[in-house]
Amino acid sequence: MRRFSSLWAFLFLILLWEGIKLGLKIPEYMLPSPQRVLSALLSMLVSGELLKNTVASLFRVTWGFYLAVFTAIPIGLFLGRNLLAMKAFTPIINFLRPISPLAWIPIALMWFGIGDKPAIFLIFLASFFPMLVFTMSAVTNIKPIYFRVAKNFGLKGRELYLKVILPAALPEILVGVRITLGTAWLVIVAAEMIAVKSGLGYLIIDARNSLRMDKVIAGMIVIGIVGLILDIFIRQIERFPSVEWSQMRR
Amino acid sequence: MEDKILVKDLKKIYLERRAKRRFLSQCHYKEECLVLNDLNFRVKNGSFTCFIGPSGCGKSTLLRIIAGFDRPSSGEIVIDGKRVKGPSKRHVFVFQEDGLFPWLTARQNVAIGLKERSKSKEEWDSEVDEYLELVGLTGFENHYPHELSGGMRRRAEVARALISNPDILFMDEPFGALDFVTRLQMREEMVNVHAMFDMTILFITHDIDEALQLGDQIIVLSDRPSKIKRDIVLNFPHPRDLTKGELQEIRKEIYYQMGLHVAL
Repeated sequence: MRRFSSLWAFLFLILLWEGIKLGLKIPEYMLPSPQRVLSALLSMLVSGELLKNTVASLFRVTWGFYLAVFTAIPIGLFLGRNLLAMKAFTPIINFLRPISPLAWIPIALMWFGIGDKPAIFLIFLASFFPMLVFTMSAVTNIKPIYFRVAKNFGLKGRELYLKVILPAALPEILVGVRITLGTAWLVIVAAEMIAVKSGLGYLIIDARNSLRMDKVIAGMIVIGIVGLILDIFIRQIERFPSVEWSQMRR
Repeated sequence: MEDKILVKDLKKIYLERRAKRRFLSQCHYKEECLVLNDLNFRVKNGSFTCFIGPSGCGKSTLLRIIAGFDRPSSGEIVIDGKRVKGPSKRHVFVFQEDGLFPWLTARQNVAIGLKERSKSKEEWDSEVDEYLELVGLTGFENHYPHELSGGMRRRAEVARALISNPDILFMDEPFGALDFVTRLQMREEMVNVHAMFDMTILFITHDIDEALQLGDQIIVLSDRPSKIKRDIVLNFPHPRDLTKGELQEIRKEIYYQMGLHVAL
């Protein structure tokens, strides 16, 4: 029954939507009815428009996100272990971090032109800084006892990183991955509204230009569903036994 | 038996960094704090030495200095005729806190203590399993620390220390966090372990009975700045009956030295 409870909540949301629309007599061009949105969703699914754009968005997010994760984690692991370096770089990171990735759009277009590259660049920027901060704090939060034990048994250098630092920081890093992936997915839509001619962001902007609010909402729904699925995927990683420990002992 | 460890005129002064807050800035100054005051003692090769003293008296500091993790302010530590300059792989610590890596299984954790990296995986595993059996963890090889009880985790840690074949085993209140009965079991097992392995054990405890049960030598330390109050040698065979006359006398003596008069 617990699994179905969330379905009931979704159903309630749809009924609320229908109820408000009928009760306040909102015209179709302002807020389409759930049935209209559903039929728009189905027609785009049949025409392949939906799949094509979802794949295009996922492609960009995957590239930008992976690039960020695979650069930010090693740098974060290193900085987290070197107090001096961390002290030196933290102000720079905190200066760059609050600059919205959207503010980078003009520069991204200037540097990378039109196409996938500027969008990937924006996703990279949106993911890199949070991932770096999460990794750094994960490393500084490692219990000192683990370092003492490692020293005691002569673990040094690469071995220390692979056997102790990375696995000890991993649960917190994964929380960072989950939150950052959510952010990346937020940013892709905005990036696609400007730089490219495909993707879910483009689908929404294109539908708005032709005044098809049903397609706009259908696009939003797909964005939500994909975000939900991505989150479920990462939650699965957190269940691995070598990561699970952080939740067990509290 | 010859001397394994010789501690000569050991003094440790900590410089405590204190901070005074001022408007928008902090002013730091250092304050000297004498922890260990002129300690002199010897530890015989292959013996089991227990350290007892009030909490915060510097027992852990003393052990860390002997192991080479910390430096004395003056005086010296001599092990096997050589002055200690830094940590050695032959000196293994079992810490007060849970020191197992929670992301590794019991078997993988014990394997951390293995030093010969050249062996094959099978040889490696069978050696690890041998030590797990020794501490009674057969059947739990693939369990993660959070799936083991407190006593089992301690056992795995002892196995990890033993497999690295240490010369000196340092134990800093290893059973302090365990319940009473588990503690008694661990005591018994330590007696067996010490009989089986040829190593010198330095053991910190708060539990006077634990020290009486295990120690060949008991060193009673005073409050900070710590001095040696008593250095007692116990020549009793194991297993020991603590209700026996002579051990009772020693127990009374230790209680008295620690300033406890009514606890008996």
